[in-house]
Amino acid sequence: MSPELLALFWSSFLETLLMVGVAGAVGALIGIPLGIALHVTDAHGMLPHPWLNRVLGIVVNAVRSTPFIILLVAVIPFTRLLAGSSIGTTAAIVPLTIAAAPFIARLVETALREVDRGLVEAAQAMGATHAQIVRKVLLPEALPGIIAALTVTLVSLVGYSAMAGAIGGGGLGDLGIRYGYQRFLPEVMLLVVLILIGFVQLVQSLGDRLVRRLSHR
Amino acid sequence: MIRIEHLSQHYRDTQGGEVHAVRDVSLHIPAGQIFGIIGRSGAGKSTLVRSLNLLHRPTSGTVNIAGRELTTLTPDELRQARREIGMIFQHFNLLTSRNVFDNIALPLELIGLSRDEIRRRVDPLIELVGLTDQRLRYPAQLSGGQKQRVGIARALASQPKVLLSDEATSALDPETTRAILDLLRKINRELGLTIVLITHQMQVVKQICDRVAVMDAGRIIEEGSVIDVFRAPQHAVTRALLGDVIAHELPASVLARLRSQAVRGRVLRLSFIGEDVDRPLLSEAVKRFGLDFSILHGQLDEIQGQPFGSLTLLSQSDAQTLAAAQAFFSSHGVRSEEFDVLRIESDDAEGVLSLAVPVLVSAEGERHVA
Repeated sequence: MSPELLALFWSSFLETLLMVGVAGAVGALIGIPLGIALHVTDAHGMLPHPWLNRVLGIVVNAVRSTPFIILLVAVIPFTRLLAGSSIGTTAAIVPLTIAAAPFIARLVETALREVDRGLVEAAQAMGATHAQIVRKVLLPEALPGIIAALTVTLVSLVGYSAMAGAIGGGGLGDLGIRYGYQRFLPEVMLLVVLILIGFVQLVQSLGDRLVRRLSHR
Repeated sequence: MIRIEHLSQHYRDTQGGEVHAVRDVSLHIPAGQIFGIIGRSGAGKSTLVRSLNLLHRPTSGTVNIAGRELTTLTPDELRQARREIGMIFQHFNLLTSRNVFDNIALPLELIGLSRDEIRRRVDPLIELVGLTDQRLRYPAQLSGGQKQRVGIARALASQPKVLLSDEATSALDPETTRAILDLLRKINRELGLTIVLITHQMQVVKQICDRVAVMDAGRIIEEGSVIDVFRAPQHAVTRALLGDVIAHELPASVLARLRSQAVRGRVLRLSFIGEDVDRPLLSEAVKRFGLDFSILHGQLDEIQGQPFGSLTLLSQSDAQTLAAAQAFFSSHGVRSEEFDVLRIESDDAEGVLSLAVPVLVSAEGERHVA
């Protein structure tokens, strides 16, 4: 394999890392509060608000049911507004984040639902405010579940990022398509797949280890 | 300390039906008491105790704790008031993500105390509940009894005036239950804390409560000092609940023997409470009146450190001797009652039971089997 190709592998890997990392982080920043909102406004939640809960639920479901390749092109105007361009790695981060946030929100909501209602009741009996209950009870208790959710999200984002090539986002997936498929270099394709497998393995096992360390159940 | 007036709590269940969990309950609980509320499951006890700190807001009625009318408070004032009302739970409700120390520290963190101040308050509490060696363990590493000790320490952290206990020992084995109740007793005495205790176990009431209210179908059907309620339960539900701790009827095996053997003699049931038990009344009766007997069935127990029990005798003595002995017993505070064995023999099984039941109840003339 030529040094040029190896350099291409390296830069593609960094692009994947950048896209997955930033989209995951920003997605979490939006998705976790959204998940909390979904949880507390539920009919059985701390601050039942059926109307708001319904609207949030519909938005989250709408984004999650749109195929990513369609989302990618559908949000181009918004991407251009935010990233200044609709092509390139930075531009690909915008749709990836938009896809990640509702995904994280649902998983966080599920993790929060796993927290024993009795704990919330105990905190209320202590005179805790709603914000204190979220900060001191719900989030710490659901933390292992939230970490597991973020791990799943990162792994999914690796898959999504392969489609970012469609808007010139680059990354390993794009490399595999352009060199492996379009230029008939099966060894490139194979190596891309192997690297992705290794990367996903690494993310998953780091996530699992963190969950085990945080969980005291 | 706690005064609730005409408290009712209705809510809609999942099918949309109206549930009357608590119906027009009024209670007054003086400071420093351990007050038990007992009832079968579904009687409304849990709802009632949760309306004492307004975890459930009552549909109507008032809740006054330490001179403060809770139902009229703003949300902020209510949070403030709740800090003076500790609560412990059947399933402990400890945070799995926090160790023993941090669980107990939680209410203090909520108030915003400094780390130093928290340590100064939590350490003595850990000692009080006997968990010094477990302070850095997580709840998953603790036994049920230890978890409840953490729950108690946590409830005490904000230095409350009242402690609510919602079936706090129901998930524990008898030995651990006893230890936890002893701890609650100690806290009640040492800190002068008023404790309201919800339970379905008469054993719990018997061991630590001063007064007890019996709840059934959302109402308080009986209330009084524990000794009075044990001695003379007024309501069938109460007697059924008491059945766990004191038999108000002779065991079937004893009855069967009495009937099948056609024993000649008289059956006498004695019931007693307090220090009179210390006097050798039976042997005195034997010496003074020549009373002659064998023991059919007996039960000795303790309510708040007072001996309490009953003894059923089969005596071959004549009516005169028996009458003299009975007078002697009653002059020493021991209640006695005689059953006609011949009637027991001739009666059907149901009749036998109804004869044997009202021994402890007879003063009020109640003759209903629970």
